[in-house]
Amino acid sequence: MADTAETQKIETPKMEVSDEVAISIQKMNKWYGAFHVLRDIDLTVYRGERIVICGPSGSGKSTLIRCINALEEHQKGSITVDGTLLSSDLKNIDKIRSEVGMCFQHFNLFPHLTILENCTLAPIWVRKTPRKEAEATAMHFLEKVKIPDQAHKYPGMLSGGQQQRVAIARSLCMRPRIMLFDEPTSALDPEMIKEVLDTMIELAEEGMTMLCVTHEMGFARQVANRVIFMDQGQIVEQNEPEEFFKNPQSPRTQLFLSQILGH
Amino acid sequence: MSDTHAQSVAFVRDTAIPAAPAPANETGPVKWLRENLFATWANALLTIAALFVIYLILSATLPWILGGVWTTSSLSECREVLAGETGACFSVLSERWNQLLFGFKYPSELYWRPTLALVMLFVAAAPVLFFDLPRKLLIFTALYPFIAFWLIWGGSILVPIVALLGVVGGYLVYSRFVTQSFATGFFGGIVAALIVWYIGGFITEALAPANPMLAAVPSRDLGGFMLNLMLGVTCVSLSIPLGIALALGRQSSMPLIKGICVIFIEFIRGVPLITLLFVASVMLAYFFPPEANVDLFLRVVIMITMFSSAYIAEVIRGGLAALPKGQYEAADSLGLEYAQAMRLIILPQALKISIPGIVNIAVGLFKDTTLVSVISMFDLVGMIRGPILASTEWNGVYWELLGFAALLFFVVCYGISQYSQWLERRLATDHR
Repeated sequence: MADTAETQKIETPKMEVSDEVAISIQKMNKWYGAFHVLRDIDLTVYRGERIVICGPSGSGKSTLIRCINALEEHQKGSITVDGTLLSSDLKNIDKIRSEVGMCFQHFNLFPHLTILENCTLAPIWVRKTPRKEAEATAMHFLEKVKIPDQAHKYPGMLSGGQQQRVAIARSLCMRPRIMLFDEPTSALDPEMIKEVLDTMIELAEEGMTMLCVTHEMGFARQVANRVIFMDQGQIVEQNEPEEFFKNPQSPRTQLFLSQILGH
Repeated sequence: MSDTHAQSVAFVRDTAIPAAPAPANETGPVKWLRENLFATWANALLTIAALFVIYLILSATLPWILGGVWTTSSLSECREVLAGETGACFSVLSERWNQLLFGFKYPSELYWRPTLALVMLFVAAAPVLFFDLPRKLLIFTALYPFIAFWLIWGGSILVPIVALLGVVGGYLVYSRFVTQSFATGFFGGIVAALIVWYIGGFITEALAPANPMLAAVPSRDLGGFMLNLMLGVTCVSLSIPLGIALALGRQSSMPLIKGICVIFIEFIRGVPLITLLFVASVMLAYFFPPEANVDLFLRVVIMITMFSSAYIAEVIRGGLAALPKGQYEAADSLGLEYAQAMRLIILPQALKISIPGIVNIAVGLFKDTTLVSVISMFDLVGMIRGPILASTEWNGVYWELLGFAALLFFVVCYGISQYSQWLERRLATDHR
């Protein structure tokens, strides 16, 4: 399977993708105790690229993107984000984290703060933005995700879809150059999935570099310029979405796609 | 289904039914009585039995309280006035009022000083307890410990000023170096404060006026309920920050810090408070250099603070454990540093969860301050057990004195409990 991954390596970016490297992962390995979760991951993400990572549960896709902003530590190989090599140096880690936005499956908004405070907290404390300015930015992004009228409510008063859109706005307030999405729609009702996906599509159209772990294949078709399939901690196959869905090469991918698209 | 029964189901209302008053036995006090006191036969029987018990208790205590004597000067005079009638001898309270509140050695002409300190305590505590008040009031809160110290103990004003300068100096050094690393700032601040205090110690000694503005009162002259309040307020306000530090330390990934915190917490929790108090009163002097004469009050404060901070740390650890991991991850993913993440995200939520537990310990701590009577400090209970009950005038007035002590403690503890419930309602934002 590993050799299929090698042969399938494509570097033919679609629209608006520059040659500038945003994330470079080389021979990255991770273990949970004795369990080998990620094996020899090689991945180069160019600025403006939109990558969808899919695969069966336990394949290591979430772990992979969590390694990129050091929520998980990798044990071997290297990860370079925006030219900064990820090491155990806390200053480095904080720098990378403030450049990389992240959205979680369970939103992880701060329940004791209002929506507006959720959005202004990091800009004020990490970027040292003046409060007024941070609030203006926050309102701008809340308008973008279409919930400016909820700014003074608490997260617990919002629906799941609204909370996830706030979470996206909260990340955007830090003006990240890269966005990571960890199954952003898996905890949502079908109706709410659409509103979150619409927000993500809009973001993609603006040229944000995005890595998205998701099972929303429609989203992958519409937005991604590369789909990566992972299994057992390895990248099994990657290709342009068109080719990926029409003509999957590896038998594991074929099986996965037949199961996920079969009904 | 809807088409088969369309005819029989269709219905249009053409006149509105006017609202009618509810039946008399379904509203007001009648309904309340019926539902709560006389719902069933067994229920009614229990109500009557309970009323009878209440009657028994009141018929025994009310005449005793209402027939109480307030103006005599000894128990035997009480008995003469009462002449066999039921009645309490409350005269002990009115006659020994000042002793119960201030102890028997505090100079009576200086009672205004601790009283003023108590009044100022309310002003100082207000902005901490009620955060809707203007934040500028916190300046007074920060100055309060030094003012209160000077008011209660008196002596040279240089002592609290030097203490304050030490804290300010320490803070300045801390804020200067904390940008480099927290440890540098923290230890730098402590060293700076110690240096200021050390130098200040010589200055205060050299400049100590023979007749200070406020006459000095030594710690052994403090007593009564004042002593309980002082110990309670000092130890609660010191043990909460220490408890937070211990709880965070116990979660630390650094083995040394984690080890120290675990050993401290487990050791202190495994030892009775009385033992620690005896250590404070008798043995602690061995641990200090011989020329250092550490005040007994300070030694007791250290021991009670250590004791309750270990418990508070465990309560807060429970609050920290109750937070979903996602909160830590979200804070991390936004690039917040550890201290920021703790202060802005984790602790506000963990402390909110821990409020009932912390209040539980604070109330317990306040009541435990009466244990200092065992090491011959004359707090409220110490005063009652010692000088008052041992005197020839009042030998045997147990109910009145201990009832009064219970009442004083109840008022304070109930107040704390009510405050904490208000606080929980005020902080409820998650609408789960």
